[in-house]
Amino acid sequence: MQVIKTENLTKYYGKARGIIGLDLSVEQGECFGFIGPNGAGKSTTIRTLLGLISPTSGSASVLKKDIVMEKQAILRETGYLPSEAVFYSGMKVKDILRLSADLRGIDCSKEAAILCERLDLDTSRKADELSFGNRKKVAIVCALQSNPKLLILDEPTGGLDPLMQHEFYEIIRERNQSGTTVFISSHILSEVQNNCTRAAVIREGRIIACDNVDNLGRSNAKRVSVSGEIDLTGLEGIKDLKTGERNTSFLYSGDMNTLIQRLSQCKVNDLSISEPDLEEIFLHYYEKEGDAL
Amino acid sequence: MTIVRHELRLGRKAWIIWSASVSFLLVVCIFLFPEMRGEMDNISTMFSDMGSFTAAFGMDKLNFGTLVGYYAIECGNVLGLGGAFFASICAASILCREEKERTAEFLLTHPVSRTRIITEKLMAVLIQVLAMNVIVYALSILSMAAVGESIPWKEITLLHLAFLIMQIELCGICFGISAFMRKGSTGAGLGVTFMLYFMNLISNITEKAEGLKYITPFAYCDGATVVSDLKLDAAKIAIGMAICMAGIAAAYLQYTRKDIR
Repeated sequence: MQVIKTENLTKYYGKARGIIGLDLSVEQGECFGFIGPNGAGKSTTIRTLLGLISPTSGSASVLKKDIVMEKQAILRETGYLPSEAVFYSGMKVKDILRLSADLRGIDCSKEAAILCERLDLDTSRKADELSFGNRKKVAIVCALQSNPKLLILDEPTGGLDPLMQHEFYEIIRERNQSGTTVFISSHILSEVQNNCTRAAVIREGRIIACDNVDNLGRSNAKRVSVSGEIDLTGLEGIKDLKTGERNTSFLYSGDMNTLIQRLSQCKVNDLSISEPDLEEIFLHYYEKEGDAL
Repeated sequence: MTIVRHELRLGRKAWIIWSASVSFLLVVCIFLFPEMRGEMDNISTMFSDMGSFTAAFGMDKLNFGTLVGYYAIECGNVLGLGGAFFASICAASILCREEKERTAEFLLTHPVSRTRIITEKLMAVLIQVLAMNVIVYALSILSMAAVGESIPWKEITLLHLAFLIMQIELCGICFGISAFMRKGSTGAGLGVTFMLYFMNLISNITEKAEGLKYITPFAYCDGATVVSDLKLDAAKIAIGMAICMAGIAAAYLQYTRKDIR
């Protein structure tokens, strides 16, 4: 079953671009990544899917329900973690968790207690006095405590320390394994690379690539890192050249034999040739359009 | 009812402060009455000689020397303005606040329909306004009894009822405003209320502006008129309720379609 399906989904804010002709499909049980820089349209997509804003044209369904006609049914089974969690001033964490459960009309105090314990969250504090990271934890518990079928996470780890990030993704992985579909929007590629199976890349409101994370990362180019006295002049297919005092690093998409022959004539102390990480591929996607970053 | 409860909790402090202030001022006025009664004859003469100012506040129709006359004027100013401001602030901020304080994303990503949110928020406003009026009414009556005056039940009840209806109309108008704005709705609500208040004063001064009386809700709760006629102006109230309903309808139409940022 396609949990998220958008067809030609378009949103304009007046004349300002939000998203244009978005075609996305996320299968049940998937952990799907949504990558793009700030302002690319990630949040617009999510807000449209959740019914906060209505699409200018095109259509979309979430959990087989139309995003315009069946908003409530979608929200009942969806947990949403906003990128910036803001709560009512003066309310204690436990009151907010309770309010969130009451608005869903269910009792999730057991699940909430487990999550708070795991995330090390003090529920007797006032939410608006918490640090950014702790507010994020409150939002995480709100999103997860009802055990939703779909989780939509907008830049989920912003503000969380590395230990908490680890614990958070541990929880997400458990949920995913027990069948929850997860949709992660992020501009941090390693986050998507480490946690998602499939991903789409969005740029200026349009999807420019959508594939398995492994395939997205696969390209002809290799990351070459050499130390020693080397001379690369005249070699073709070199990109992103970084020359340090001892170490030279570049993306190489030319003929491998030429490179090896050239290196064999130099004095090489150390050499590594590896797959570039998604971050580099990502830059590559963006450069393809001929823009300077 | 979750949202009603939640709104009442959020609005509790403001409600306590406004109710206490308005009640306090009214009670003080009533307690001052016996002492001032002796001097009232002079004051009445003085007030009735202030030309259009006298007319603006309806002091030409009332005898300041009686409790009813004194109360109609005092009540008109204290409860009239205080209640009107509380009602308009409360209604104007309630929908808009979610976006201004950026809690809309939290509330609207829960499985509650926009219609339910609007309805429950409107109920919360009306409950707060009603509760404030009940408290103020009760304290006024108690104070009158405490200073040993006989209580003019009919006049006082009619006056308070008129004020309540006026506040409900303002709630409707400001609730509509609240749905259209992202921020600054409190200012807009207060501005409209202030404008309507002055419309009534102007229409009292000059007959040319008589028509304004049909627009402003302050016309049908004009203390002097209510007390001297001993009935409420049904036509004006009907127009007022129509305006109120229009405001509420506008809120539903707008807020169910609105893009939440």
